[in-house]
Amino acid sequence: MTLADDVLAGDRRALARVLTLVERAAPEAREILAALYSATGRAHLVGITGAPGAGKSTLINALAAQLRASGDTVAVLAIDPSSVFSRGAVLGDRIRMQDLVHDAGAFVRSMASRGAVGGVARASAAAIDVLDAAGFDRVLIETVGVGQSELDIAALVHTVVLVEAPGLGDEVQAIKAGVLEIADIVVLNKGDLPHADIALRTLTLALSLAQPAAGAAAWQPRLQRTDALSKHGIEGLRAALDAHRTHAREGTRWAEQQAVRAKAALVSELREQLYTSFMEQLPPAQLAEIVAAIAARTRDPYSTARHLLAAHS
Amino acid sequence: MSRSQLRVLIAKPGLDGHDRGAKVIARALRDAGMEVIYTGLRQTPDMIVEAALQEDVDAVGLSVLSGAHNVLVPAVLQALQARGLGDVPVFVGGIIPEDDAAALRAQGVSAVFGPGTSTSEIIRVMESVVADRPPVN
Ligand SMILES: Nc1nc2c(ncn2[C@@H]2O[C@H](COP(=O)(O)OP(=O)(O)O)[C@@H](O)[C@H]2O)c(=O)[nH]1
Ligand SMILES: [Mg+2]
Repeated sequence: MTLADDVLAGDRRALARVLTLVERAAPEAREILAALYSATGRAHLVGITGAPGAGKSTLINALAAQLRASGDTVAVLAIDPSSVFSRGAVLGDRIRMQDLVHDAGAFVRSMASRGAVGGVARASAAAIDVLDAAGFDRVLIETVGVGQSELDIAALVHTVVLVEAPGLGDEVQAIKAGVLEIADIVVLNKGDLPHADIALRTLTLALSLAQPAAGAAAWQPRLQRTDALSKHGIEGLRAALDAHRTHAREGTRWAEQQAVRAKAALVSELREQLYTSFMEQLPPAQLAEIVAAIAARTRDPYSTARHLLAAHS
Repeated sequence: MSRSQLRVLIAKPGLDGHDRGAKVIARALRDAGMEVIYTGLRQTPDMIVEAALQEDVDAVGLSVLSGAHNVLVPAVLQALQARGLGDVPVFVGGIIPEDDAAALRAQGVSAVFGPGTSTSEIIRVMESVVADRPPVN
Protein backbone atom coordinates (compact mmCIF):
# COMPACT_ATOMS: atom_id res chain seq x y z
CA MET A 1 0.00 0.00 0.00
CA THR A 2 1.27 3.44 -0.87
CA LEU A 3 0.58 6.50 1.25
CA ALA A 4 -2.04 7.56 -1.30
CA ASP A 5 -3.79 4.18 -0.95
CA ASP A 6 -3.76 4.59 2.83
CA VAL A 7 -5.36 8.04 2.52
CA LEU A 8 -8.06 6.64 0.24
CA ALA A 9 -8.65 3.82 2.74
CA GLY A 10 -9.30 6.35 5.49
CA ASP A 11 -6.02 6.10 7.42
CA ARG A 12 -5.86 9.33 9.42
CA ARG A 13 -2.16 9.14 10.16
CA ALA A 14 -1.40 8.73 6.47
CA LEU A 15 -3.67 11.68 5.75
CA ALA A 16 -1.81 13.82 8.27
CA ARG A 17 1.54 12.77 6.81
CA VAL A 18 0.47 13.49 3.23
CA LEU A 19 -0.75 16.94 4.26
CA THR A 20 2.72 17.62 5.64
CA LEU A 21 4.42 16.43 2.46
CA VAL A 22 2.12 18.57 0.34
CA GLU A 23 2.64 21.57 2.58
CA ARG A 24 6.42 21.22 2.41
CA ALA A 25 6.29 20.65 -1.35
CA ALA A 26 8.27 17.45 -0.75
CA PRO A 27 9.55 15.62 -3.85
CA GLU A 28 7.10 12.73 -3.34
CA ALA A 29 4.10 15.06 -2.98
CA ARG A 30 3.47 15.36 -6.72
CA GLU A 31 3.16 11.62 -7.22
CA ILE A 32 0.79 11.29 -4.28
CA LEU A 33 -1.38 14.16 -5.52
CA ALA A 34 -1.48 12.53 -8.95
CA ALA A 35 -2.67 9.27 -7.41
CA LEU A 36 -5.34 11.05 -5.37
CA TYR A 37 -6.64 13.34 -8.07
CA SER A 38 -9.32 11.07 -9.50
CA ALA A 39 -10.89 10.80 -6.06
CA THR A 40 -11.28 14.58 -5.74
CA GLY A 41 -14.22 16.72 -6.81
CA ARG A 42 -16.82 15.25 -4.48
CA ALA A 43 -16.58 17.30 -1.29
CA HIS A 44 -18.51 20.49 -0.70
CA LEU A 45 -15.75 23.08 -0.28
CA VAL A 46 -16.69 25.96 1.98
CA GLY A 47 -14.51 29.00 2.63
CA ILE A 48 -15.07 30.74 5.95
CA THR A 49 -13.46 34.12 6.08
CA GLY A 50 -13.61 37.29 8.12
CA ALA A 51 -11.61 39.55 10.41
CA PRO A 52 -9.54 38.11 13.27
CA GLY A 53 -11.75 37.67 16.31
CA ALA A 54 -15.05 37.60 14.40
CA GLY A 55 -15.58 34.07 15.70
CA LYS A 56 -14.73 31.95 12.65
CA SER A 57 -13.13 29.09 14.59
CA THR A 58 -15.90 29.04 17.18
CA LEU A 59 -18.47 29.06 14.40
CA ILE A 60 -16.73 26.19 12.60
CA ASN A 61 -16.79 24.18 15.82
CA ALA A 62 -20.55 24.64 16.08
CA LEU A 63 -21.22 24.22 12.36
CA ALA A 64 -19.15 21.07 12.08
CA ALA A 65 -21.04 19.52 14.99
CA GLN A 66 -24.30 20.39 13.22
CA LEU A 67 -23.07 18.84 9.97
CA ARG A 68 -21.88 15.74 11.79
CA ALA A 69 -25.29 15.38 13.42
CA SER A 70 -26.81 15.14 9.96
CA GLY A 71 -24.35 12.40 9.07
CA ASP A 72 -21.76 14.31 7.01
CA THR A 73 -18.07 13.87 7.68
CA VAL A 74 -16.16 17.14 8.05
CA ALA A 75 -12.57 18.24 7.53
CA VAL A 76 -11.36 21.64 8.66
CA LEU A 77 -8.33 23.43 7.22
CA ALA A 78 -7.53 26.40 9.46
CA ILE A 79 -5.07 28.78 7.85
CA ASP A 80 -3.32 31.46 9.88
CA PRO A 81 -0.67 33.97 8.89
CA SER A 82 3.01 33.29 9.44
CA SER A 83 5.15 35.90 11.16
CA VAL A 84 6.86 38.04 8.54
CA PHE A 85 9.86 38.32 10.85
CA SER A 86 10.61 34.74 11.87
CA ARG A 87 8.47 32.78 9.36
CA GLY A 88 7.14 30.96 12.41
CA ALA A 89 3.52 30.93 13.50
CA VAL A 90 1.26 30.26 16.45
CA LEU A 91 -1.75 28.36 15.16
CA GLY A 92 -4.48 28.60 17.76
CA ASP A 93 -7.71 27.78 15.96
CA ARG A 94 -7.94 24.33 17.53
CA ILE A 95 -8.53 25.98 20.92
CA ARG A 96 -12.07 26.81 19.74
CA MET A 97 -12.68 23.46 18.07
CA GLN A 98 -12.62 21.15 21.05
CA ASP A 99 -15.95 19.53 20.22
CA LEU A 100 -14.38 17.91 17.15
CA VAL A 101 -11.38 16.31 18.82
CA HIS A 102 -12.87 12.95 19.65
CA ASP A 103 -14.97 12.60 16.54
CA ALA A 104 -13.71 9.99 14.10
CA GLY A 105 -15.78 11.67 11.38
CA ALA A 106 -14.00 14.99 11.80
CA PHE A 107 -10.42 16.04 11.09
CA VAL A 108 -8.82 19.39 11.87
CA ARG A 109 -5.59 20.59 10.36
CA SER A 110 -3.84 23.90 11.04
CA MET A 111 -1.72 25.51 8.38
CA ALA A 112 0.50 28.57 8.30
CA SER A 113 0.19 30.80 5.25
CA ARG A 114 3.98 30.89 4.90
CA GLY A 115 4.01 34.32 3.38
CA ALA A 116 1.58 33.60 0.58
CA VAL A 117 -0.19 36.79 -0.41
CA GLY A 118 -3.84 37.00 0.38
CA GLY A 119 -4.19 34.80 3.43
CA VAL A 120 -4.61 31.56 1.53
CA ALA A 121 -1.47 29.51 1.75
CA ARG A 122 0.15 28.50 -1.50
CA ALA A 123 -0.14 24.84 -0.62
CA SER A 124 -3.74 25.14 0.47
CA ALA A 125 -5.22 24.21 -2.90
CA ALA A 126 -3.31 20.92 -2.79
CA ALA A 127 -4.23 20.35 0.87
CA ILE A 128 -7.90 20.84 -0.01
CA ASP A 129 -7.55 18.24 -2.76
CA VAL A 130 -6.06 15.77 -0.28
CA LEU A 131 -8.93 16.26 2.21
CA ASP A 132 -11.43 15.97 -0.64
CA ALA A 133 -9.85 12.72 -1.84
CA ALA A 134 -9.86 11.37 1.73
CA GLY A 135 -13.63 11.30 1.38
CA PHE A 136 -14.87 14.06 3.67
CA ASP A 137 -18.32 15.29 2.66
CA ARG A 138 -17.49 18.86 3.63
CA VAL A 139 -14.21 20.69 3.77
CA LEU A 140 -14.36 23.94 5.74
CA ILE A 141 -11.45 26.29 5.11
CA GLU A 142 -10.87 29.07 7.65
CA THR A 143 -8.88 32.02 6.38
CA VAL A 144 -8.20 35.39 7.95
CA GLY A 145 -9.77 38.01 5.78
CA VAL A 146 -8.15 41.40 5.66
CA GLY A 147 -9.56 43.45 2.85
CA GLN A 148 -8.76 42.01 -0.54
CA SER A 149 -7.47 38.63 0.57
CA GLU A 150 -10.94 37.11 0.72
CA LEU A 151 -10.91 37.18 -3.04
CA ASP A 152 -8.32 34.38 -3.12
CA ILE A 153 -10.50 31.96 -1.24
CA ALA A 154 -13.40 32.47 -3.64
CA ALA A 155 -11.47 30.75 -6.43
CA LEU A 156 -10.83 27.66 -4.33
CA VAL A 157 -14.27 26.86 -2.94
CA HIS A 158 -17.89 26.35 -3.92
CA THR A 159 -19.38 28.46 -1.16
CA VAL A 160 -17.96 31.57 0.52
CA VAL A 161 -19.13 32.42 4.03
CA LEU A 162 -18.18 35.85 5.31
CA VAL A 163 -18.24 36.16 9.09
CA GLU A 164 -18.90 39.57 10.61
CA ALA A 165 -19.34 40.60 14.21
CA PRO A 166 -20.96 43.66 15.74
CA GLY A 167 -18.70 46.47 16.80
CA LEU A 168 -15.76 45.70 14.56
CA GLY A 169 -16.90 48.38 12.14
CA ASP A 170 -16.51 45.63 9.61
CA GLU A 171 -19.77 46.14 7.82
CA VAL A 172 -18.39 49.39 6.51
CA GLN A 173 -15.02 47.83 5.70
CA ALA A 174 -16.70 45.02 3.82
CA ILE A 175 -18.71 47.43 1.74
CA LYS A 176 -15.64 49.50 0.90
CA ALA A 177 -13.47 46.56 -0.02
CA GLY A 178 -16.15 44.94 -2.14
CA VAL A 179 -15.84 41.80 -0.08
CA LEU A 180 -19.59 41.42 0.31
CA GLU A 181 -19.87 40.75 -3.41
CA ILE A 182 -18.00 37.48 -3.15
CA ALA A 183 -19.95 36.23 -0.14
CA ASP A 184 -22.62 33.63 -0.80
CA ILE A 185 -23.60 33.67 2.83
CA VAL A 186 -22.97 36.48 5.28
CA VAL A 187 -22.99 35.55 8.95
CA LEU A 188 -23.47 38.09 11.65
CA ASN A 189 -21.87 36.21 14.52
CA LYS A 190 -21.92 37.29 18.16
CA GLY A 191 -25.60 37.95 17.69
CA ASP A 192 -25.82 38.00 21.47
CA LEU A 193 -23.85 41.25 21.73
CA PRO A 194 -25.61 44.59 22.32
CA HIS A 195 -25.01 46.14 18.89
CA ALA A 196 -26.05 43.08 16.92
CA ASP A 197 -29.38 44.55 15.81
CA ILE A 198 -27.78 47.64 14.35
CA ALA A 199 -25.08 45.59 12.66
CA LEU A 200 -27.69 43.29 11.18
CA ARG A 201 -29.59 46.21 9.70
CA THR A 202 -26.41 47.69 8.25
CA LEU A 203 -25.53 44.38 6.65
CA THR A 204 -29.03 43.90 5.28
CA LEU A 205 -28.84 47.28 3.64
CA ALA A 206 -25.32 46.71 2.36
CA LEU A 207 -26.31 43.38 0.85
CA SER A 208 -29.29 44.85 -0.91
CA LEU A 209 -27.03 47.52 -2.39
CA ALA A 210 -24.29 45.06 -3.32
CA GLN A 211 -26.65 42.90 -5.35
CA PRO A 212 -28.34 45.11 -7.91
CA ALA A 213 -31.11 43.52 -10.01
CA ALA A 214 -29.82 40.01 -10.44
CA GLY A 215 -31.50 37.54 -12.80
CA ALA A 216 -33.86 34.89 -11.53
CA ALA A 217 -31.19 32.19 -11.77
CA ALA A 218 -28.71 34.14 -9.67
CA TRP A 219 -28.02 33.27 -6.06
CA GLN A 220 -29.33 35.79 -3.58
CA PRO A 221 -26.78 36.00 -0.74
CA ARG A 222 -28.22 34.91 2.58
CA LEU A 223 -27.73 36.71 5.83
CA GLN A 224 -27.67 34.58 8.95
CA ARG A 225 -27.39 35.73 12.54
CA THR A 226 -25.54 33.36 14.85
CA ASP A 227 -24.23 33.08 18.35
CA ALA A 228 -21.47 30.54 17.91
CA LEU A 229 -20.71 30.19 21.62
CA SER A 230 -24.22 29.12 22.58
CA LYS A 231 -24.78 27.56 19.13
CA HIS A 232 -27.76 29.67 18.11
CA GLY A 233 -28.52 30.09 14.43
CA ILE A 234 -26.28 27.22 13.39
CA GLU A 235 -29.16 25.18 12.01
CA GLY A 236 -30.07 28.14 9.81
CA LEU A 237 -26.46 28.42 8.64
CA ARG A 238 -26.41 24.75 7.70
CA ALA A 239 -29.65 25.20 5.78
CA ALA A 240 -28.15 28.15 3.91
CA LEU A 241 -25.04 26.09 3.06
CA ASP A 242 -27.18 23.28 1.74
CA ALA A 243 -29.31 25.65 -0.27
CA HIS A 244 -26.20 27.15 -1.82
CA ARG A 245 -24.72 23.76 -2.58
CA THR A 246 -27.92 22.72 -4.34
CA HIS A 247 -27.97 25.99 -6.23
CA ALA A 248 -24.32 25.59 -7.25
CA ARG A 249 -24.79 22.01 -8.40
CA GLU A 250 -27.95 22.66 -10.34
CA GLY A 251 -26.63 25.82 -11.90
CA THR A 252 -23.27 26.51 -13.48
CA ARG A 253 -21.28 27.43 -10.38
CA TRP A 254 -20.08 23.95 -9.49
CA ALA A 255 -18.88 23.12 -13.00
CA GLU A 256 -17.34 26.57 -13.42
CA GLN A 257 -15.48 26.23 -10.18
CA GLN A 258 -14.13 22.83 -11.22
CA ALA A 259 -12.95 24.30 -14.51
CA VAL A 260 -11.32 27.30 -12.87
CA ARG A 261 -9.47 25.09 -10.41
CA ALA A 262 -8.49 22.57 -13.06
CA LYS A 263 -6.94 25.32 -15.14
CA ALA A 264 -5.21 26.95 -12.19
CA ALA A 265 -3.76 23.60 -11.15
CA LEU A 266 -2.53 22.82 -14.65
CA VAL A 267 -1.02 26.26 -15.18
CA SER A 268 0.81 26.27 -11.87
CA GLU A 269 2.06 22.73 -12.47
CA LEU A 270 3.26 23.62 -15.97
CA ARG A 271 5.05 26.68 -14.64
CA GLU A 272 6.68 24.66 -11.90
CA GLN A 273 7.67 21.69 -14.07
CA LEU A 274 8.89 23.81 -16.98
CA TYR A 275 11.02 25.86 -14.66
CA THR A 276 12.42 22.81 -12.88
CA SER A 277 13.25 20.93 -16.06
CA PHE A 278 14.82 24.02 -17.59
CA MET A 279 16.98 24.72 -14.55
CA GLU A 280 18.06 21.07 -14.38
CA GLN A 281 19.75 21.27 -17.78
CA LEU A 282 21.45 24.60 -17.08
CA PRO A 283 24.90 23.92 -15.61
CA PRO A 284 25.42 25.91 -12.37
CA ALA A 285 28.71 27.32 -13.66
CA GLN A 286 27.01 28.67 -16.78
CA LEU A 287 24.22 30.14 -14.67
CA ALA A 288 26.75 31.86 -12.39
CA GLU A 289 28.52 33.30 -15.40
CA ILE A 290 25.32 34.68 -16.87
CA VAL A 291 24.23 36.14 -13.54
CA ALA A 292 27.59 37.88 -13.17
CA ALA A 293 27.28 39.33 -16.65
CA ILE A 294 23.80 40.63 -15.91
CA ALA A 295 24.96 42.12 -12.61
CA ALA A 296 27.83 43.82 -14.45
CA ARG A 297 25.35 45.23 -16.98
CA THR A 298 27.13 43.59 -19.91
CA ARG A 299 23.95 41.59 -20.53
CA ASP A 300 20.32 42.23 -19.72
CA PRO A 301 17.99 39.67 -18.06
CA TYR A 302 15.22 40.07 -20.63
CA SER A 303 16.92 39.09 -23.86
CA THR A 304 19.16 36.62 -21.99
CA ALA A 305 16.11 34.69 -20.77
CA ARG A 306 14.68 34.69 -24.29
CA HIS A 307 17.94 33.38 -25.80
CA LEU A 308 18.31 30.68 -23.14
CA LEU A 309 14.77 29.49 -23.74
CA ALA A 310 15.22 29.49 -27.51
CA ALA A 311 18.36 27.38 -27.14
CA HIS A 312 16.53 25.01 -24.79
CA SER A 313 13.57 24.09 -26.97
CA MET B 1 11.91 19.63 2.31
CA SER B 2 13.00 21.70 5.25
CA ARG B 3 13.71 20.07 8.55
CA SER B 4 14.36 23.64 9.59
CA GLN B 5 10.70 24.60 9.93
CA LEU B 6 9.52 22.47 12.82
CA ARG B 7 5.86 21.85 13.61
CA VAL B 8 5.35 21.59 17.33
CA LEU B 9 2.25 20.94 19.43
CA ILE B 10 2.14 22.84 22.70
CA ALA B 11 -0.43 21.43 25.08
CA LYS B 12 -1.53 22.08 28.60
CA PRO B 13 -2.73 18.86 30.21
CA GLY B 14 -4.49 18.80 33.52
CA LEU B 15 -7.10 20.89 35.22
CA ASP B 16 -5.34 24.03 36.37
CA GLY B 17 -6.44 27.18 34.61
CA HIS B 18 -3.15 28.91 33.86
CA ASP B 19 -1.58 28.88 30.46
CA ARG B 20 0.63 31.93 30.57
CA GLY B 21 3.75 29.77 30.55
CA ALA B 22 2.49 27.75 27.60
CA LYS B 23 1.69 30.90 25.66
CA VAL B 24 5.09 32.43 26.38
CA ILE B 25 6.87 29.36 25.12
CA ALA B 26 4.57 29.13 22.08
CA ARG B 27 5.52 32.67 21.12
CA ALA B 28 9.21 32.08 21.75
CA LEU B 29 9.16 29.04 19.48
CA ARG B 30 7.32 31.02 16.82
CA ASP B 31 9.97 33.71 17.05
CA ALA B 32 12.54 30.97 16.53
CA GLY B 33 10.79 30.16 13.25
CA MET B 34 8.72 27.17 14.35
CA GLU B 35 5.08 26.53 13.56
CA VAL B 36 3.38 26.05 16.89
CA ILE B 37 -0.03 24.47 17.22
CA TYR B 38 -1.52 25.57 20.51
CA THR B 39 -4.50 23.61 21.78
CA GLY B 40 -5.47 25.51 24.89
CA LEU B 41 -6.28 24.57 28.44
CA ARG B 42 -7.51 21.39 30.09
CA GLN B 43 -6.43 18.84 27.54
CA THR B 44 -6.76 15.15 28.28
CA PRO B 45 -3.97 12.85 27.10
CA ASP B 46 -6.26 11.50 24.37
CA MET B 47 -7.03 15.01 23.12
CA ILE B 48 -3.33 15.83 22.98
CA VAL B 49 -2.49 12.68 21.08
CA GLU B 50 -5.35 13.09 18.62
CA ALA B 51 -4.20 16.65 17.91
CA ALA B 52 -0.59 15.48 17.49
CA LEU B 53 -1.75 12.86 15.01
CA GLN B 54 -3.93 15.17 12.94
CA GLU B 55 -1.33 17.92 12.90
CA ASP B 56 1.55 15.51 12.17
CA VAL B 57 3.87 17.40 14.48
CA ASP B 58 7.62 16.88 14.86
CA ALA B 59 7.41 17.21 18.64
CA VAL B 60 4.99 17.59 21.52
CA GLY B 61 5.62 20.08 24.32
CA LEU B 62 3.70 19.68 27.56
CA SER B 63 3.38 22.52 30.01
CA VAL B 64 2.63 21.11 33.45
CA LEU B 65 2.36 23.32 36.50
CA SER B 66 -0.22 21.48 38.53
CA GLY B 67 2.25 19.12 40.20
CA ALA B 68 0.44 16.21 38.58
CA HIS B 69 3.28 15.59 36.14
CA ASN B 70 3.93 12.07 37.47
CA VAL B 71 0.44 11.11 36.36
CA LEU B 72 -0.20 13.32 33.34
CA VAL B 73 3.07 12.91 31.48
CA PRO B 74 3.19 9.08 31.56
CA ALA B 75 -0.47 9.08 30.49
CA VAL B 76 0.42 11.16 27.43
CA LEU B 77 3.41 8.92 26.65
CA GLN B 78 1.19 5.84 26.85
CA ALA B 79 -1.52 7.38 24.71
CA LEU B 80 1.10 8.28 22.09
CA GLN B 81 2.39 4.70 22.09
CA ALA B 82 -1.14 3.35 21.79
CA ARG B 83 -1.77 5.43 18.67
CA GLY B 84 1.51 4.48 17.05
CA LEU B 85 3.09 7.87 17.76
CA GLY B 86 5.66 6.60 20.24
CA ASP B 87 8.47 8.00 18.09
CA VAL B 88 7.33 11.62 18.46
CA PRO B 89 9.67 13.41 20.90
CA VAL B 90 7.98 14.74 24.03
CA PHE B 91 9.28 17.73 25.99
CA VAL B 92 8.04 18.81 29.39
CA GLY B 93 8.16 22.26 30.94
CA GLY B 94 7.22 23.11 34.49
CA ILE B 95 8.31 23.05 38.10
CA ILE B 96 9.49 19.47 38.36
CA PRO B 97 11.82 18.05 41.05
CA GLU B 98 14.99 16.51 39.63
CA ASP B 99 14.08 12.98 40.81
CA ASP B 100 10.77 13.19 38.98
CA ALA B 101 12.47 14.67 35.92
CA ALA B 102 14.90 11.75 35.83
CA ALA B 103 11.98 9.31 36.10
CA LEU B 104 10.16 11.05 33.25
CA ARG B 105 13.26 10.93 31.07
CA ALA B 106 13.60 7.23 31.85
CA GLN B 107 10.04 6.75 30.62
CA GLY B 108 10.84 8.39 27.31
CA VAL B 109 10.59 12.17 27.75
CA SER B 110 13.30 13.77 25.61
CA ALA B 111 13.98 16.69 27.94
CA VAL B 112 12.53 18.44 30.97
CA PHE B 113 12.78 22.22 31.20
CA GLY B 114 12.56 23.92 34.57
CA PRO B 115 11.37 27.49 35.15
CA GLY B 116 14.91 28.84 34.84
CA THR B 117 15.61 27.42 31.39
CA SER B 118 16.20 30.12 28.79
CA THR B 119 14.12 29.99 25.65
CA SER B 120 17.27 29.79 23.55
CA GLU B 121 18.30 26.65 25.46
CA ILE B 122 14.84 25.14 24.95
CA ILE B 123 14.98 25.85 21.24
CA ARG B 124 18.50 24.45 20.93
CA VAL B 125 17.59 21.19 22.68
CA MET B 126 14.35 20.74 20.74
CA GLU B 127 16.03 21.31 17.42
CA SER B 128 18.83 18.89 18.15
CA VAL B 129 16.49 16.13 19.43
CA VAL B 130 14.23 16.45 16.40
CA ALA B 131 17.20 16.54 14.03
CA ASP B 132 18.51 13.30 15.54
CA ARG B 133 15.27 11.50 14.83
CA PRO B 134 15.43 9.05 11.95
CA PRO B 135 13.42 10.42 9.02
CA VAL B 136 9.93 8.93 8.73
CA ASN B 137 9.05 6.83 5.67
N1 LIG C 1 -20.20 36.77 22.68
C1 LIG C 1 -19.78 35.96 21.73
N2 LIG C 1 -18.45 35.69 21.63
C2 LIG C 1 -18.05 34.85 20.65
C3 LIG C 1 -18.95 34.27 19.73
N3 LIG C 1 -18.25 33.51 18.85
C4 LIG C 1 -16.95 33.61 19.22
N4 LIG C 1 -16.82 34.41 20.32
C5 LIG C 1 -15.56 34.75 21.01
O1 LIG C 1 -14.80 35.57 20.16
C6 LIG C 1 -13.41 35.33 20.33
C7 LIG C 1 -12.74 35.00 19.01
O2 LIG C 1 -13.28 33.78 18.51
P1 LIG C 1 -12.53 32.93 17.43
O3 LIG C 1 -13.45 31.81 17.05
O4 LIG C 1 -11.17 32.57 17.87
O5 LIG C 1 -12.44 33.99 16.23
P2 LIG C 1 -11.61 33.92 14.84
O6 LIG C 1 -10.35 34.68 15.04
O7 LIG C 1 -12.51 34.60 13.83
O8 LIG C 1 -11.40 32.47 14.51
C8 LIG C 1 -13.31 34.18 21.33
O9 LIG C 1 -13.05 34.73 22.60
C9 LIG C 1 -14.69 33.56 21.28
O10 LIG C 1 -15.03 32.93 22.47
C10 LIG C 1 -20.35 34.59 19.85
O11 LIG C 1 -21.20 34.16 19.09
N5 LIG C 1 -20.69 35.44 20.88
MG1 LIG D 1 -9.65 31.37 14.13
